[in-house]
Amino acid sequence: MTELIERQTAGGDGAIVVEVHEAPHDAHEHHEPTGILKWLTSTDHKVIGLSYTVTSLVMFLIAGALAELIRIQLATPNSSFVSLGEFNQLFTMHGSLMIYLFIGPFAFGGLANIIVPLQVGAPDMAFPRLNALSYWLYLSGSITMLLGFFVAGGPADFGWVGYAPLSTSIYSPGAGPDLWIAALLLSGFSAIFTGVNLCATIFYLRAPGMTMFRMPIFTWNMLVVGILILLAFPVLTAGLIMLYCDRHFGTHIYSLKGGGVPVLWQHIFWFWGHPEVYILALPFFGVVTDVIATFSHKPVFGYKGMVFATITIAALSMGVWAHHMFTTGVVLLPFFSIMSLLIAVPTGIKFFNWIGTMWGGRVRWSTAMLFAVGFLITFLFGGLTGIYLASPPLDFFTHDTYFVVAHFHSVVLALGMGAMAGLYYWGPKITGYMLDERIGKLHFWLFFIGANVMVLPQYWLGLLGMPRRVGVYPHNPEWTDLNQWATVGSVMMGVATLLFLVNIVYSWFKRVPAGDNPWDAQTLEWFTTSPPPHHNYYALPPIRSERPTWDYNHPGAPALVHGHREEPEASELARV
Amino acid sequence: MRAEAKLLIGLGLFFALCGVVYWIWSGENAGSVMLVASGLLGFLPGSYYLWWSNRMRVRASDRDDASIPDGAGVVETFPGSSIWPFTLGMGAFCAGLALVFGTWFALPAIGLVIWALLGAVVESRRGDPGSAH
Repeated sequence: MTELIERQTAGGDGAIVVEVHEAPHDAHEHHEPTGILKWLTSTDHKVIGLSYTVTSLVMFLIAGALAELIRIQLATPNSSFVSLGEFNQLFTMHGSLMIYLFIGPFAFGGLANIIVPLQVGAPDMAFPRLNALSYWLYLSGSITMLLGFFVAGGPADFGWVGYAPLSTSIYSPGAGPDLWIAALLLSGFSAIFTGVNLCATIFYLRAPGMTMFRMPIFTWNMLVVGILILLAFPVLTAGLIMLYCDRHFGTHIYSLKGGGVPVLWQHIFWFWGHPEVYILALPFFGVVTDVIATFSHKPVFGYKGMVFATITIAALSMGVWAHHMFTTGVVLLPFFSIMSLLIAVPTGIKFFNWIGTMWGGRVRWSTAMLFAVGFLITFLFGGLTGIYLASPPLDFFTHDTYFVVAHFHSVVLALGMGAMAGLYYWGPKITGYMLDERIGKLHFWLFFIGANVMVLPQYWLGLLGMPRRVGVYPHNPEWTDLNQWATVGSVMMGVATLLFLVNIVYSWFKRVPAGDNPWDAQTLEWFTTSPPPHHNYYALPPIRSERPTWDYNHPGAPALVHGHREEPEASELARV
Repeated sequence: MRAEAKLLIGLGLFFALCGVVYWIWSGENAGSVMLVASGLLGFLPGSYYLWWSNRMRVRASDRDDASIPDGAGVVETFPGSSIWPFTLGMGAFCAGLALVFGTWFALPAIGLVIWALLGAVVESRRGDPGSAH
């Protein structure tokens, strides 16, 4: 059963000049399944994307609950709320679920899967069945990871980075670590397939007139993320297979005993791990760019600068992996320090452009916009402390302390806010119904304040010398107070997340219809209906700039044209 | 097509350059190999796109002045609903569990994977509009 997508000219002098028809081939055989079979067999990118989104949010809730347990343990000195072994399992599974199974899959499997084909005017992803396979691999990986809680010995407990030789069978025997490896293999392949799909969709299925430099910034960022996935994830997969061989087949790739090199695991892991940071961050850079432009009612300031900053970040991100390994003593410090510091430049350009986009605009403080600005502030803390950590002398002092924990939690909590901005912004497009704004704003303020109340004391804790990954600490007034503040912040975030669930249920019952374009947004996806039809578009507007929907809805406004002047005759000649 | 080619070749050049500089400066093998391989991943598709971009008509999606009717006609055929991705995914799930719980899990894994691949290929053949006309 295939469906032939055809664009037909409808004529007329209105802006809508083409209708998109779907002509089911083998019409006599064509019967769409319903119910659970529909969910199992769908190859529609919107259904798959929604499955991804829901599954990743479930992972977020589980990982968040584990974080609350960690914070309860650390709220009092010499606590015995959980045992030290359980504490190791808690922080390992918290990190693994959040990084591998929530924030990444949410970004490239959930949001991007739904939004990128819409933003480029494509009927679906380039390889819909591969897309469906990605989801089933991701779901399998998630279940495999969670199975660790139900086997003897419990889940993996060597930290989400799984450093060898700690992760070898001598120090970490049992089924839990093997489940961790199997889960990452499954979800890793799912990510690779999604990367292939994103690149192919953006390269081959753009609508007429949607040139590369007219794509929305979110789509640009997802293209770059797709390329980064293809560069980074195979390395992790190879590293995991070698780790599995060390554990079970008697190889000595990561053990000194047989002539192996333990630090090789760190090279391989971080060669995936640092691009991974940008695989997680760039999607949300794209989200906040689109959100800020929409709610400032202005085009993106410095569009091309934004695109080149994204490409530069991606390029540099492949050459900075060993800044996680400064203290191993066997890496080339100046190379990695220079490359890491250089990333601050394109990121700074992005901040400049985000502020430039807001500057002089009629800013509307919707929930999505609040989350986007919350992202900017929180990410700035993470980014600036990242510059400190890129300097080896400062890194030697703070490595493996709570300073590093605070640094990357600033970053990932900012990404979490970007995720929420994306849900409040595109949720109406995906479901057809608005999310409640009053509950949304309460959700934002609780989450934003909670995030910073949790993270900021941890910077001080780190400078006071509290090491990361410790389950108990002796009584010390300074440490205890700061840890208790951090726990208060984490509880605030927990309440905020419950409010978000309340909002989903409340909005589901209230059912305020969204309409096609509730935010007066600019990019192509807002031209179609909410939710979009099976193959996305009944009609397409002319695409003459990077904001075709805005051009169509505001015909009197001055046109925004990049890179060439509107001289149809001249360009017609040039083409012949 | 040209913009895509430039993007990939540009990234490939940068990674290759980094790889060479890093190798000369550090002499460390793993990172140098991975950087050079990253460069190849840029060159391989990038040079293919560049080769084609010199030989094909400029696509409507690459033209600033293209109107929507310029893209009239068949866009692509897409598969309808299909059970095979799920079957293949479950086969991979069993293969993953076989790594942990023992090789007997590999039996359903191999069975499901072969069944799914055959099913998907047959489905594609049947759905190919070229073969029907």
